[in-house]
Amino acid sequence: MQNRLLSGDMPRSTVLALILGAILLCLAFAPFLFPGVRSVDTAARICIFIVLVASYDLMLGYGGIVSFAHTMFFGIGAYGVALASTHMGRGFDALLVGSASGALVAAALALVIGLFSLRVPAIFFAMITLAVASAVAVPVSQLSNLTGGEDGLTFQTPRALGPAFKFGDELFGVRLNGKLLAYYFVFVGALVLFLLMLRVVNSPFGRVLQAIRENDFRAEAIGYRVVFYRVAATCLSAAIAALAGSLYAVWLRYVGPDTTLSMELMIDILLMVVIGGMGTMYGAVIGATLFVVAQNYLQNLMGAASDAVAAVPVLPELLNADRWLLWLGVLFILSVYFFPTGIVGRLRGARA
Amino acid sequence: MSAAPQHAPKMAQLSLSDRLGPWMPVLLIPILIVLGFLAIPSTSSWLTLTVSGLAMGMMIFIMASGLTLVFGLMDVINFGHGAFVSVGAFVGISILLMLGHMTEAPSLVLNLLAVLAAVLVAMLATGAMGWAFERVIVKPVYGHHLKQILVTVGGLIVVEQLIIVFWGPEEIYLMRPEALQGAITFAGAALEKYRLVAVGVGLVVFAAMRFVLRRTKIGLIVRAGVENGEMVQALGYRLRLVFVGVFIAGSALAGLGGVMWGLYQEVITAHMGNQAMILIFIVVIIGGLGSVEGCFIGALLVGLMQNYVAFLEPKVALISNIGLMVAILMWRPMGMIPVVKAK
Repeated sequence: MQNRLLSGDMPRSTVLALILGAILLCLAFAPFLFPGVRSVDTAARICIFIVLVASYDLMLGYGGIVSFAHTMFFGIGAYGVALASTHMGRGFDALLVGSASGALVAAALALVIGLFSLRVPAIFFAMITLAVASAVAVPVSQLSNLTGGEDGLTFQTPRALGPAFKFGDELFGVRLNGKLLAYYFVFVGALVLFLLMLRVVNSPFGRVLQAIRENDFRAEAIGYRVVFYRVAATCLSAAIAALAGSLYAVWLRYVGPDTTLSMELMIDILLMVVIGGMGTMYGAVIGATLFVVAQNYLQNLMGAASDAVAAVPVLPELLNADRWLLWLGVLFILSVYFFPTGIVGRLRGARA
Repeated sequence: MSAAPQHAPKMAQLSLSDRLGPWMPVLLIPILIVLGFLAIPSTSSWLTLTVSGLAMGMMIFIMASGLTLVFGLMDVINFGHGAFVSVGAFVGISILLMLGHMTEAPSLVLNLLAVLAAVLVAMLATGAMGWAFERVIVKPVYGHHLKQILVTVGGLIVVEQLIIVFWGPEEIYLMRPEALQGAITFAGAALEKYRLVAVGVGLVVFAAMRFVLRRTKIGLIVRAGVENGEMVQALGYRLRLVFVGVFIAGSALAGLGGVMWGLYQEVITAHMGNQAMILIFIVVIIGGLGSVEGCFIGALLVGLMQNYVAFLEPKVALISNIGLMVAILMWRPMGMIPVVKAK
């Protein structure tokens, strides 16, 4: 059963299994274990980013394709839900239509970019996606009557997912309201998408992708249509990123260019994938969890450290809470050099 | 004796399209300028836009030329190139602000000295930084594109954050030196002085680069290295050393571009290099990786396109450049003047 659920891709390391189990338990019972608006919000973010990062890993870690347009697909999903909910009213049908159309548009766009960039050398792909992604972000912030411009869109999700909806009294001190349902909506959605991706990467399709990553020339020679597999991986990854975006929109009940399309977000995703471990889905789990927790709590720590060394020149500036990206950047470079397989690769390697 | 063959060779001239073919990339620039003239109703605004388009193109060229050579020579793709642009801008503008008494003085000589000092210091700083960047960040990942992209992005993040550490997170506004402010009127069109200067500097840099690449020994080695690096090494040249030199020169040029870009925008932010990277990539792609001439033509096309379209239809300005890139890649998948063989 367990083997089947994880598609035969067991953690293969006791420590890793324990960490993953702990993360799963924490996320599954987050509203009860860590009551409080902020911690539940963090948990929901972790769920969403796990899916987003895993979908990026599908391309980067398994396919060896570097794309900088991943937030664009994420944003398409988020805006899909937002637009559908704005125009169709609050209801689950709007969510369904919005996320489905978002995923379709994202996949179609990925198909166009993929097919186009096949004509050109592979190295262009990363640059082209970077240019396209930044070009898409511009009209989104300018067409203010459609997308709300820089302010973004605030919209209403189905009543059952709002805090005003109550379906019982308290359970273990947690109010049983729509916010709880919304969390579990996000959690289950993320879990299903994650297991789906685990299935994909451990299927023959995923194996071919890995073969292409290792040596595309050889894969082609063996008889696999490299182009087809690469485009398929890009489309699939884009569609799942869009679905993650839809979940994010449902959770926040708001979309804006900064939260869904910005370059900063793209860099965050890159950091999460590399630090967690490229080429394993579990790397996404660990990377996303570590990153989001750090984003929310490490900053306080750094602020404290900055105050502690206030007397020394420059150091307080370096330890300023806003400078945490600096240290993550350093960590990122070091991890590409010294443990390119990331935390998961390290844990698995230690056992072997 | 057999009769002479029937098919006597003919000395036919090549058809017009065949003769124009190799020049097509160069001809695109006048074609675009003419198209702009037809689309823009007023001649004076067309002239203004053309000058600012050329100025913008020249600046992008200065920033992008190093990137394209670095790729051509060593197959290294540097996503952190924008960091040099930002650092160059910050260092140069800081010097300018320090020399405030010289830039505010109405004397042309003092102004130019201040700008020259700023540019020199900025180029030295970014050149040194390029050397360090090459050593620490790029060298360990030769021949591995995926890692190069990741590591140089990491380098970009670190440098951007360091800029914020040293100069603070706010954008810095600045005034151009006295002599570079204002505009001159020509045929009813207001032409900003600074833009004319930028066009001049761009032309000089391009001419100098062409001279070095075409007429000197080192240029010969660089060009040969782009064509076939292994052969150059087999002939006994230390291509690595040449490469480091090109990397440093390219970084210094990016720094120069950064100062010019900062003076052009009159505001600098830590993210400006990152934003410039988008245009730089478009230019490098459509020019053909490894080609300085292609990069020059591409930069002018992008600059002109951006300015014309921003005037006609402001909302689609950036998209128009993507459209340009798509159109050119459909026409020539390797870029306009491909130098590097597909790797």
